[in-house]
Amino acid sequence: MQRSSILFWAGAVIFLAVVFFMTQSLRNEYPFFAGYVILQFIVLSVAWTILGGYAGYVNFGTNAFFGVGVYTAVLLFKALGAPLGIQILAAAVVGGLLGLGVGLLTLRMRGIFFSIATIALAIVIETAITNWRFVGGAAGIQLQRPPVMPPFDSYVKMLFFVQALMVVIAIAITRFIQNSRIGRGLHALRDDELAAECTGVPTLRLKLLACVISGALISAGGAPAAMYLQFANPDSAFNLNYSVSVLAMSLIGGTAHWIGPVLGAILLGSTQQLLAVTISSEVNVLVLGLMLVLFVVAAPKGIIGLVGRLTGKGGHA
Amino acid sequence: MFSIDLLRDAVVLGVLLGCFYAAVSIGLSISFGLLDVPHVAHPAFLVLASYGVYWLNDSYEIDPLLAGLLIAPLLFVLGLITYRIYYETFERRGSDAAVRGIAFFFGVAFIIEVLIILQFGVDQRSVTAAYIGKAWRIGDLRIPIRQLVAFGVALGLTVLLATYLSKTFMGRAIRAVAQDEEGLRLMGANPVRIKQFAFGIATAVLGVAGALLIIIAPVEPTLDRVYIGRTFCVVVMAGLGSISGTLIAAIILGVAESIVLTMFGASWAPAISFGLLLGVLAVRPQGLLGR
Repeated sequence: MQRSSILFWAGAVIFLAVVFFMTQSLRNEYPFFAGYVILQFIVLSVAWTILGGYAGYVNFGTNAFFGVGVYTAVLLFKALGAPLGIQILAAAVVGGLLGLGVGLLTLRMRGIFFSIATIALAIVIETAITNWRFVGGAAGIQLQRPPVMPPFDSYVKMLFFVQALMVVIAIAITRFIQNSRIGRGLHALRDDELAAECTGVPTLRLKLLACVISGALISAGGAPAAMYLQFANPDSAFNLNYSVSVLAMSLIGGTAHWIGPVLGAILLGSTQQLLAVTISSEVNVLVLGLMLVLFVVAAPKGIIGLVGRLTGKGGHA
Repeated sequence: MFSIDLLRDAVVLGVLLGCFYAAVSIGLSISFGLLDVPHVAHPAFLVLASYGVYWLNDSYEIDPLLAGLLIAPLLFVLGLITYRIYYETFERRGSDAAVRGIAFFFGVAFIIEVLIILQFGVDQRSVTAAYIGKAWRIGDLRIPIRQLVAFGVALGLTVLLATYLSKTFMGRAIRAVAQDEEGLRLMGANPVRIKQFAFGIATAVLGVAGALLIIIAPVEPTLDRVYIGRTFCVVVMAGLGSISGTLIAAIILGVAESIVLTMFGASWAPAISFGLLLGVLAVRPQGLLGR
């Protein structure tokens, strides 16, 4: 193993250990309740970056994948009483298949057409779920959490730990892609798809792979939301705010490196949590919009780009 | 449940609705279709215009259509400014302008939504005028007068813009810039100024379109989200930048929505525009009358 890999995995183990220790020692549930959302956004943003950042295909259908994850969990829980782990795995499979579908459907599209197609897909799926009685239809569905498993003493703390685990998995996968042939191939097809194809990069396979992995991770990251909220309805599960939040987080952090979306999600996620509690959810959306506009106009490469410019290296990233 | 009468009514109402969709999409047909600006905030501007009309109607009892004309100059200026910002920050710098441009316009759309909520609240708003609330009967078919007004104005607006783009000097210049920007530059014209003017026109049209939107039904701040689907569906299906195509595509969408509404109920309606859009993108990306 390389030195950076050892550092990364050591960091991951320490992170999980700290999270586990917190769930065992802190009594108050609120930090976990608020922190869960930030962890969730880290998973979503990192997963989004695989397709949106490395490959340059701006997916606006984050809410489609998120909602599909939520409703896979709802369906399995309601029909079979499946445990959380199964719900997440199933959501990943369904999300991956949906990603494959998106990839196949949008083979010939680039730029804004791909983005619009993904928005369209989200609405079509949302409408289908709205008309599906078994999972609650438009009114939504209440869910009763099963008893919590030891060593955790509350379900929210367990969800927090599970989501932290998914953060590590998502980052590990994204980091692997970034440093492998896949990442370099995606980079090539982002810069010039035709030239990449001509020089022997299997653009089609890479694009489909990116769609599948990104989709699977987003759906998996969304799956526990059903148990977290103990409620699911199409309007909130497929809310366009997820798409724009994730887009904003990734762009604010910078999409050239996996650390970008992590930073963006932590920064914007905690700001949003703070604003939602202290002021109102409207101002929350306003700040989201303002930060998105500000960063794409003033700092196109995000925080990574700013740091790179300050330190005088990595500015090309 | 199914009957020919019902189908006939659905088609008639669908055509009326379709012309209205043409009116709200035609600005996007210029800004996205001709100028290649990924203007996702177009429907947000539309809803903003509706609220402007609502405000004038509510405070000064001005007829909504007249109010739409009154705010058109303001919208024109808003369009000029928007394009200038877009051009300076994205188009001129070149690299991945489209990607960051979409993000930019999404941010703008969200900001407009929230500003409307902060100013007017989340409740639905509607306007009052003599022709709203009455209906015209032909046999057992009942056509609301507001639909007829929207139909007439929308048709007029579309014809007017089509004529403008094909007959006037400036209109031809706009189409020229869409076809060959470099060529226009070589002729000694400034493509950026023409595009900026065209974007202004595309936004000014929203004054009347916004009036129609609030005449047809009450508006709410987040209404723009469904209209992203409808307007982009119409423009893409039309074939980018084709004005006559816009009218045809809008009528197809209107009839399709109206039939689905009659047969399956309102809960399926949102999927129609996006479903059509997906279908068109997958099968015939150049649209009906594509270049």
